[in-house]
Amino acid sequence: MELNSKIPEGPIQEKWDRHRFEMKLVNPANKRKYTIIVIGTGLAGASAAASFAELGYNVKSFCFQDSPRRAHSIAAQGGINAAKNYQNDGDSIWRLFYDTVKGGDYRAREANVYRLAQISVNIIDQCVAQGVPFAREYGGVLSNRSFGGAQVSRTFYARGQTGQQLLLGCYSALSRQIEAGKVKMYPYTEMLDVVIVDGHAKGIVTRNLRTGKIESHAGDAVVLATGGYSNVFFLSTNAMGCNVTASWRAYKRGAGFANPCFTQIHPTCIPVSGDHQSKLTLMSESLRNDGRIWVPKKKGDTRAPTEIPEEERDYYLERRYPSFGNLVPRDVASRAAKERCDAGYGVGPGGLGVYLDFSDAIKRLGRQVIEDRYGNLFEMYERITGENPYETPMRIFPAPHYTMGGLWVDYNLMTTVPGLYAIGEANFSDHGANRLGASALMQGLADGYFVIPYTIGDYLAGVAPGSVDTSHSAFSDAEREVKQKIEKLLSINGKASIDSIHKQLGRLLWDKCGMSRNAEGLKEALSKIPEIRERFWREVSVPGSGEDLNQALEKAGRVADFLEFAEIMCHDALSREESCGAHFREEYQTEDGEALRNDNDYCYGAVWEFKGDNQQPVMHKEPFTFEYIPLKQRNYK
Amino acid sequence: MGPICEFYKTTVGKKIVAAVTGALLFLFLVAHMVGNLKAFAGIDPATGMYKLDVYARFLREFGHMVLGYSGVLWLTRIGLLVVFVIHVVTVIQLTLRNRAAGGGSYAKNRYLSSTVASRTMAIGGLILLAYVIYHILHFTTGTLHFHGFKHGHVYANAYNAFQVWWVVLIYCVAMVILGLHLYHGLWSLFQTLGLDGPRTNRPLRCLAGVLAVVIALGFMAVPLGFASGILPAPTTQVTTQTALLR
Amino acid sequence: MKLTLYIWRQKNSSTKGSFERFQMDDVSPDMSFLEMLDVLNEKLLVEGKEPVAFDHDCREGICGACSLVINGQAHGPMERTTACQLHMRKFNDGDTIYIEPWRAKAFPVVKDLIVDRSAFDRIIQAGGYISVPTGSAPEANNIPISKDDADLAMDAAACIGCGACVAACPNGSAMLFTAAKVSHLAILPQGAPERHRRVKAMIERMDSEGFGGCTNHGECQKACPKGISIKFISLMNREYIKANLASLARDKGEVTAQ
Repeated sequence: MELNSKIPEGPIQEKWDRHRFEMKLVNPANKRKYTIIVIGTGLAGASAAASFAELGYNVKSFCFQDSPRRAHSIAAQGGINAAKNYQNDGDSIWRLFYDTVKGGDYRAREANVYRLAQISVNIIDQCVAQGVPFAREYGGVLSNRSFGGAQVSRTFYARGQTGQQLLLGCYSALSRQIEAGKVKMYPYTEMLDVVIVDGHAKGIVTRNLRTGKIESHAGDAVVLATGGYSNVFFLSTNAMGCNVTASWRAYKRGAGFANPCFTQIHPTCIPVSGDHQSKLTLMSESLRNDGRIWVPKKKGDTRAPTEIPEEERDYYLERRYPSFGNLVPRDVASRAAKERCDAGYGVGPGGLGVYLDFSDAIKRLGRQVIEDRYGNLFEMYERITGENPYETPMRIFPAPHYTMGGLWVDYNLMTTVPGLYAIGEANFSDHGANRLGASALMQGLADGYFVIPYTIGDYLAGVAPGSVDTSHSAFSDAEREVKQKIEKLLSINGKASIDSIHKQLGRLLWDKCGMSRNAEGLKEALSKIPEIRERFWREVSVPGSGEDLNQALEKAGRVADFLEFAEIMCHDALSREESCGAHFREEYQTEDGEALRNDNDYCYGAVWEFKGDNQQPVMHKEPFTFEYIPLKQRNYK
Repeated sequence: MGPICEFYKTTVGKKIVAAVTGALLFLFLVAHMVGNLKAFAGIDPATGMYKLDVYARFLREFGHMVLGYSGVLWLTRIGLLVVFVIHVVTVIQLTLRNRAAGGGSYAKNRYLSSTVASRTMAIGGLILLAYVIYHILHFTTGTLHFHGFKHGHVYANAYNAFQVWWVVLIYCVAMVILGLHLYHGLWSLFQTLGLDGPRTNRPLRCLAGVLAVVIALGFMAVPLGFASGILPAPTTQVTTQTALLR
Repeated sequence: MKLTLYIWRQKNSSTKGSFERFQMDDVSPDMSFLEMLDVLNEKLLVEGKEPVAFDHDCREGICGACSLVINGQAHGPMERTTACQLHMRKFNDGDTIYIEPWRAKAFPVVKDLIVDRSAFDRIIQAGGYISVPTGSAPEANNIPISKDDADLAMDAAACIGCGACVAACPNGSAMLFTAAKVSHLAILPQGAPERHRRVKAMIERMDSEGFGGCTNHGECQKACPKGISIKFISLMNREYIKANLASLARDKGEVTAQ
C-alpha cells in the first residue's frame, strides 16, 4: 500500500488555490456522462450529492434510513465553527487552523486543516442562503457563541438543533436535484460491498431493506459518506443504525483504515440507567459554559447533592485546570470524570456520574437567562431522568460520540483505492486525535460542498465515463459473496440475541479500549474479540428471511462487521505507544496524570491494510510534518 | 387549465372557497336574524300591520322601480342559492376526500384538541342543508306548513307554525347545530383565509363563540317567543287589514 | 411494572393486520418506550420468533424515525415528546397499552409498525428549498434578518418530519408538515424570490400524494413533538392566496402588455 498524501506545493495559504488551478477539469458537456455513487446522506453525503448534481454529474445517492433527512448529522446540537471573526475578538483563518491542529494534538495533516479553516467561511454563507435559521442578534446580524474550549466566539448555532438545520439545508438542496432528475435517490438501501474493477472503484452492491433485494450499481466513482463507528461500543450517542459496514467493506477491498483507535468520548452525556439502556443521550457541551462540574469530597457520599455543603464539594476541573476550568477540551474533561469515578467519588447509580451544577449560574444570571440558553436541554434531561435540573444538579458521564479515525484519504479525499472517496466522519480526519466542539459539522460540509466537487473532477477527467457496467463479473462475484453472508447469518439458528453479543463486545472495548487504555488490557481485548466473534457466528439468532424487511438481519450484519473491526481498533491502540488527544495510554502520562505525547516516534497517521480474514493487518505510516505550527505539549492549566 | 381551476383543484383552494362562501352566508344569517327579531317589534301604528310583515313587504318591494316587484329579492335569492350551492358542493368534495385520506380509526381514539363542533362540521352541515330545504318549504312556499299558511302573513304564519311543539323542537335543534357549525366555521374562516396568528388565535376563537351563540339564540328567540306566548296570537283585525292591503 | 401490550402486526402492505397480545412482566420505569420494545424483541428473538418491526434511529427525538400511536395518541401521552423520549415512568403498573402504526392513506404500512413516509420527501422535492447552488451564496451578514423573524422561522423549521401530524389528523392531512416548511422559507428574506412558486407546487404535491385537507381540528399541533403551531397553516393559506392573486395579476399584466 502506497500512501501519497498529494499535498500541493507552496506556502500553506496558497496550496488550495494553487491545487484548484492545477487540477484537471471535466468539460461541462461531458459531466453528464459520468455517474457518481454517494453513500450516506448526512451533511457530507447530501451536500456532496447535491453539489455534484449542480455541476452536471449524474448522481446515485443511497441511505439506509427511510428518508435522507434522517441521517445522524441531524442530532448534532451545539453548532458549527467558522473563522468569520464577526465578534471582532481576534479570530482568523489562522487561529481556527491553529486551534484545530493543537486541539487534535498534532495528529492531523496541516494542509488539510488549513484548507478546512479557509473554507469554513464559505459554509456559513452557503447555509444562510439556503435558509438555515441561525441565531441572530437584534440588529439582524448572525450571533455567535464560544464553544468547547475555544477562546473566541466563532460558533454559529440554531438553538440546540444546529445539525438538524444544517442537514435540512443539504437535504433541501438534494431534494431539488432529485426533482430535477439529476440525483436518483435510494432510501432504505444499505451498501454491503464496494466493487473494484482493475484497481478502480466502479460500483457497489446494496440490499434494499424493504424488499431484501440485492442489487448492483455501477458508477465512475464511489464516495463514502457513511459516518463513524462509535456504535462499536454498543452504547454511544450515535443513532441505532450507525455502523462501520461501508467503511469496513471498503477496507477489505483495499482501502487503508487510519487511526481507528482515535475515538472521542463526549463528556456531557446522561448516565446509564440500567441494563436495558440502548443508547446514550448527549447534551450539548455548551452546558459547560455555565454549569460547574463537581463530585463530593468524601468517597461514596450518598447525600442528595443539594445537601452537600459548598466546602465538601470538589470542583475538580476548576481545581486542576484553573485557567480553562470547566471548559477544557472534551478528552480532558472526559478523562477527569472517569478518573474521579474510578477513584470512588462518582455519583448516581453505580457511581458512574458527576454533577453538572447550574445553581451558581441561576443565582448569578437568573432562572430566565438559564432557561433561554438551555431550556430545551433541561427539558430533555428531565424527560429522560425524571429529575429537574433547575433544582438539583444534573448527573453526567462521558459517552462515545465521534470517531476521528476512518478511511485514510489523500488531500483530494481519495482513499488508497482510486475512484473511492471518503468524506465527513467516515474519513480519518482533519481533527487529528481529538475533535474540537462544533468542528464536525464544519468538516462534513467543507468536504461535501467545497472540496470533493472539485477534487473528484481531477480523477474523473482521467477515466472514460461508463466504462464498466453491472454485467461485469466483479459485480456478480460481489453479489454472490453478499448473498452468502446473508444466508450464513440466517442459517445459524442460535439462541443468543444479537444485542447481547454486541453488548459483550461493547463492554469489552469500553473497558479496554475506551477512555484510557493500557497494553495489557488491549492484548486481553485482542484475545477475547475472536472468541466473541466465534460465539456470534455459532450462537446468534437471526429469524425471518432475507427476502423482506428484516431488522434483525440488518442489525446482525452490522454487528458482524463491528466484531471484525474491533480488532484493528485495538491493534492500533496497542501500537500507538503514546498518549495523544482522545487516545490515552496509561503507561504514557506525565506525573500529574496528563497525556504524554511522543512526537519523535509517533507523529504519524497509522494506516492499516487488510491482508485477509484472520490475518494480522499491516500498518503503514503517513508521517505528519508541522511546518507552520510548532509541536507543543497541550496545556490547559 | 385556468388559474381559477388550478386554484379550486387543490384542497387549500377549495377551503378558501368554502371560507369565503361561508362568510357570505354568515352575513346573510346576520341580516336574516335581525329581520326575524322584528317579530318582537309589535304593530306598526302607521299601517296597523305587524312590523315583521312590513319588513317582509319591504324586502319584496325594494328596488321595484328598477327591477320590478320582487326583482331584488329574487336576485338576492339566486345569489344566495349560488353561494350556498358552492359552499355545500365544495365542502362535500373536501369531506369525501378527507374521509378517503384518513387511515381509519385507532383502537383507542383520543381527541386532544378537536371539539364536538369541529368533528360534526360535515354531518351538522348536512343536517343544516336538510333543515334549510325544510325551512324554505315551510315558510317561503308554505308547502310543509299545514297550519293555515297565508302568503305575506309572516307573523301569523310563524305564530301558527310554532304552536306545534315538534316544529319548535326542529327549529331549536337546528339552531344548536347552526351554532356549533358557526363556532367552528367562523374561527376556521380566519385560519383558512390566513388572517389568524399567534396573538389573534384566542380572541378569534372567543369572537367566534360569541357570534355563534348570539346568532343561535337570536334565531331561537322567535320560535320560543311564539311557543311560550311572549309573542301574542295575531289579532284577526290586523290579519284582515294586511289581507286587504294585498 | 407489569404491562399488557396489544401490538399491531402486519406482514406487508398487501395483507391485513391485527393486534397481537404480549405480556410484559418486568418493565423498569427508567426504560424508554422503545427500550421496552427492545426487551420484548430480545425475548422474541431468543424464542426464534420474528421481532416486532418498528422505525427508530437516533432515539433522542430529532431524527423523526419513530412513529408509534400509543393508546390512540401519536407518540404517546406526553406532549412535545417523541416515542423514543417517552419513558415508562409515565405509565402505571398493570396498564394495557395499544401500539399501532401511523394510519393514513398516504402512509401505507410496510410492516408491523413501520409505514412508508416517502410522500413527505416528495412534498419537499416539489419546492421545499431555496434554489441556491453551492458557491453562489452572498456573504452571510449581507442579509440582515430580524431576531423575531429568525426565531419564528426556526419555530417552523424545527419540524422533524415524523408524520405525527398526519397520524393524528382525522383527515390524514399533511398541512402542518407542509405549512412548517412553507412558513420557514417564507418568513426568511432568502426564500422570497421563489415563495409563490413554492407554495403552489408544494400544496399541489401534497394533494396529489393523497393527503386530506385541513378542517382545523388542531389535533396535529397537539401531536407534534416539536410543538409546531397551526398558526403556520394560517400563514401558508395566506401565502397561497397571495401566490394566486399574484399569478392572476401577472396574467392580466401579460394581456395588457400585448
